[in-house]
Formats: sequence, C-alpha cells, structure tokens
Amino acid sequence: MTAFATSNGPILETTARPSARPLPQHLVDAPIWTDEDVVAAGLPIHDRKFVTIGGGIGSFVLVDYLRIAGVPTSDIGVLSNIEAPWETYEYLTRVSQIPRAERLRSDSSSCPDNIWGFPSYAVREAAAERTLKPLVNVLVEPILSDYWTPRAGTAFRALAREAARIEWDACHVSGEVSLTRRRHGGGYFSVLTGHDGHRHAYRSRVVHVAIGYPGLRYLDDLQEHRTRTGDRTRIVNAYENHEHVYAALRDQPGTVLVRGGGIVASRVLQRLMDDREQLGVQTEIHHLFRTYVNGSHGTGFTWRRKGSNGFAFQGFNWPKSAWGGQLKRKLDGLEGEQRRQFYEAMGGSHTPHRRSWEKQKTRARKEGWYRSFQGVVGSFELTDTGVQVAINRVTDRGPDVSPVAVDHVDYVIDCTGLEGDIESSRFLSDLLATTGAGRNPLGRLDVSRSFEIRGTDQGVGKMYASGAATLGGYYAGVDSFLGLQYAALAIIDDLARDGLVKRIGPIRSMRQWWRWTRNQPPTEGQR
Amino acid sequence: MTPTLFGRLQTRLFLTVVIGGLVTLAVTPLLPGRPGYAATIEALLVILGLGFLLWEPLYHALQQFRWEKDWPLGFGLVTVVNEGLVAYWLLDVPASTYVAQLAIVWFSIWAIGAGPLRIVTIRWRFSGGQFFNSVGGGN
Repeated sequence: MTAFATSNGPILETTARPSARPLPQHLVDAPIWTDEDVVAAGLPIHDRKFVTIGGGIGSFVLVDYLRIAGVPTSDIGVLSNIEAPWETYEYLTRVSQIPRAERLRSDSSSCPDNIWGFPSYAVREAAAERTLKPLVNVLVEPILSDYWTPRAGTAFRALAREAARIEWDACHVSGEVSLTRRRHGGGYFSVLTGHDGHRHAYRSRVVHVAIGYPGLRYLDDLQEHRTRTGDRTRIVNAYENHEHVYAALRDQPGTVLVRGGGIVASRVLQRLMDDREQLGVQTEIHHLFRTYVNGSHGTGFTWRRKGSNGFAFQGFNWPKSAWGGQLKRKLDGLEGEQRRQFYEAMGGSHTPHRRSWEKQKTRARKEGWYRSFQGVVGSFELTDTGVQVAINRVTDRGPDVSPVAVDHVDYVIDCTGLEGDIESSRFLSDLLATTGAGRNPLGRLDVSRSFEIRGTDQGVGKMYASGAATLGGYYAGVDSFLGLQYAALAIIDDLARDGLVKRIGPIRSMRQWWRWTRNQPPTEGQR
Repeated sequence: MTPTLFGRLQTRLFLTVVIGGLVTLAVTPLLPGRPGYAATIEALLVILGLGFLLWEPLYHALQQFRWEKDWPLGFGLVTVVNEGLVAYWLLDVPASTYVAQLAIVWFSIWAIGAGPLRIVTIRWRFSGGQFFNSVGGGN
C-alpha cells in the first residue's frame, strides 16, 4: 500500500534495517530527495498518508479530526518525542503554578477532546459533580461572575479518554524528527531518530508540523545575568521548575520580586499569597510592571479594555471574537504591517479578572506586604544575601537609563515572555533554510488561511503547521485549545478540497458525535 | 457567542424558522386559550421580523462597546424581555397565550443555540454564526 498518486514511476519500498549512521551530508544539503537517495542512505521507508510532527495537543487535535473524518490509523503517523499528547502542556502548566486541580485559562466550550465543544466542560463538571454551579456561572458570565474555566485535570482526563477512543497509540511513533525534505515525485520524507538511535524515513503526502514553542526565551538582562554568573537559583523564570524558591521562603522569611503583568504573574502571586495565608509564610512581594495599567484603556470608545492596579484584564489570550467573530474576520483580511499593528492593538500583557485574586491582592496591599510599581530592570547584581535590582523608569520614549530605585530582594521570579525565535528550533530552522518556508509579519512561520506553510508545496504534497510557531498569521488564537481546533478544521477542509479526506458535513458530524457520547471509535471510511 | 451582523441574521432566521417553527407547531394545541395556528405563527413571524429589522442591528451596535466583541450567553436569554414586550404591543393576542408560547419557543431556541447546534454544524462557531461559510480556505 502506498500513500501516493505519483507522477514518475513506481515507488521504491525498502526493508532495510534501521541505520544509526549519521545522514550523509550531501543528503542533508539536498532540498529534494528521491526514493533511491533514501534507500542508498540505508534508511527504511515507512509510508503514511498523513504525518504529524510534534505529538502534542496540536497533533492530537488534527488526528482527532482526521479520525472523525474516517481516516484509518494506518494512514496516520504521529512522530513524537513525548508519550502522552498533553505531556509538554502539563509540564508547562504545572511549573507555572497550575497543577491538575487548578483551573486553566480556557473557555468552557474549548474542548480539545471534542470537536463539537458540546457538551462543554461546564456541562460535564455539572453532571459529574451533581451541581448547577458551573451552569449558572456560564449563564451569567462575564457580567455577574468571572469566566468559568475547566480544571487542568479535567482536560487531561478527557484527552486520555479521546486518545483511547481514536486509537492514538496506533498512530504514535516515538523518536525525534530532525528534518523534513521534499520528495522527488511529490510528498515528503521526514527523518525520525528512534530512542535506540536508529533512523527511519517516513514518506507521506501530507506533513503537519505542531512542535509547540520553539524554545524558552529569556529577556536579555536575565540571559546576560545567567551567562555572567551561572546563577539559576536566585533569579528564575516562571516556566522553569522553581519550587526551591517557595521552599526556601517557607524556611526563612524573604522578599520576592515578581516581574510581569500576565497570567503567569497572577499565578505566581496566588501561590506566594496562598503560602502566606495558609502556611503562615512571611513573604514580602514586590511587583514590577513594565506597563502599569490603571483603569480602562484603549484607543477609542469602542476599543477599551478594563484594568486596575497594574493589570489589564481580559478573559483569554485574545478578545473572545478573535476565535470566530468580528475580530477574527477583521484579522483574516489584513496583510503585512497592518496585520502586525492589529496584533499589537489586541495584545499586550493581560490577565483574567478573578474575584478571588483581586480580594487576595487587596488584602495584601492593606496589610502592607504586597506593593507594585512601574519600571524596567536596569541590572541584576548578586550579593551575599540575595539580588540587588536596579530599576529604571519607563518614559514615553522607552526606558530611561538612570536607575530610579534599587531593590534588594531574596529572589526574582521572572514572569515575562516564553517564546523564542522559531530558529531556536532545529527543525524549524532547517525548514526555513531548505524547504522554502518563510516568516509572517511577526517573524513566525508564514501559513495560509488553511494553515498550509507557504512555499513548501511539493507536487501532490502539502505541508501544514499549527500552534505557537504560526502566531502572526490570519488567525490570532493559534496557541489555544480552540485555536488548535480551528487550525485542524481549516486543514481537513483543505484536505477535503484536495479529495484526501471526506468533508465532515452535518450527517457525519451528528453520527460521529453520537459515537463520541458512547465512547465508540470513529467510523472509518466514507460512511 | 461571537456573532457578526450577518451571522446574527442567519442564526436568527435558521433557529426561528426551524426550531421556533417546529416548537410552535408542536405546542400550539396545548397553549392556554387554544389559539389557532394562524395566531401563533403570526406571533413567531413578528418576533422574527422585529429581530431582523430592529433588534439584531441594535445588538450588533451595542456589541461594539464590548472589548471582546462578543455576546455573552445570558444576553440571549434576557433579551426575551425587550423583544417580547415590543412584539406584544404589535400583536393582538391574549397575554397568557402569548407569554406561554414565547417562553417555550424562546427557551428552545436559546438552548439549541447554546450548544447542540454545534453537533450539526462544526463550522458555525468559527464563522460568527454564519452557516454557509467554509473555514480557512484561500491562500
């Protein structure tokens, strides 16, 4: 069985034993490979019609749609260096203070385990826990209550159930993908190195790239501090495991500087304040904002976001309609610089408004152990007892160079940015260099409205990408559960236009939803 | 929900005609005062007409003052009050009949739109409430 309608002769099959030798340099340098090249290099060829690289939630959601559209597991290859699709996401949420029992920042009907978003997580929680509270909450939000959001554990358990239903494991191949090359005659080869060090070539008509964050990026001052001092104890990034900070503060009272005004800062504050309130820890918190929001802000009377005490408030990563309403439609029509500006207008640091957080901070301010201020870090200096932070003023023209304050603290928890340049991923860097992929106005991977990576089509083959690496395209919410579902839907609709899968219409949708409710595997084939 | 104006009109038309129509057909014989189908269908059409000409454009305008450009779920339920009162003023029907029909029809439409509709149309929620609109597409 092959996955191709090829234009130039038969497809070579190999049964070569996997090779642990490095790829020959001439092959690495070649932008297009023939089947013979791959055979000569001693790589066994495995055929899959669809290959998805990453294996996280982005891959999972696409495979979910493919399976629901009737694609058999034998046509799908998930090339992944993680086992469970939620593994990386759970790591990042856990270290940034959202363990399984805490709630995510995600809408009730954004369900990566259910393409319909129905029943939503609020409905499911109400049924499981026999309470009307979640339903009342979604009915009156966000006017009379904050947005209801699911617990992290709820989402992971639901993903596990769906993974079993769609037979995820049957598609999953463990290993590290180093590169993808165009295939002479159409399609692609993706080279996977298994955990035993042996290489395999996956020949596919479609390649989907969903490798998540290209890498952690620290602000320059933090990076410089690390390079200079080697310190990873006193100044930490919130996306790293930094439990030692909370443990040390339990043993000995101290002062912490929290930096940033986003959701992660809110989470870290909650943890510090919970420890103080519940365990009697005597931590003092200093909170540094680069942009200090105090009240409603925006550029016009129909474009105003709420805020207070430094924070800008927004329920989710983007204004809600960016996922499927007015703002989505607007962004869909913007190119180049206009698009970049629109991202900027919708963006900035923000955090959801949660009554419990606001109460906690108000109490803390009143008792005098939490204070926040505006500024940027001028420099960090390690001292015998902690860190000396020089803080510079922010002016309209940017940061002022002369320090306005010096803060001496025991620890700094940096809650700013996560994402590095896409070139910090070896795979994406290679993709940019050899396959014709380019960058969008925000510098990430340039994808079409169907999430096809522009410039990479190869005969009958197409490459797609979804997730954080594509931020800056026609759709803002790419790095979210619902955004991954939108991307997957756009991709399978494109595949349906090419005749590779059956379009999920109303009848198939209803039948497959019914099977979902009964936990039966999706129907394969055309029916 | 995050409707566009065109999506609002499409959703209003579809749900009022299909869900509102079916529910009206089913409940008319059971309503107090035993109204005829002519009266209940007239009430439904007046609600639809006002929705198209008055309410949806007004809601769309109000939505512009929301940062999120969304229309929270609860709004879809409480707007029965303003819409119901204005339609009643135009209609010549007994209050008890009208209130019973309106309550049942409105709640059915709202409940279907709040979730189950997505079982039938997986693209609707990404399309601002439009039905005939593909997702993605184009270059």
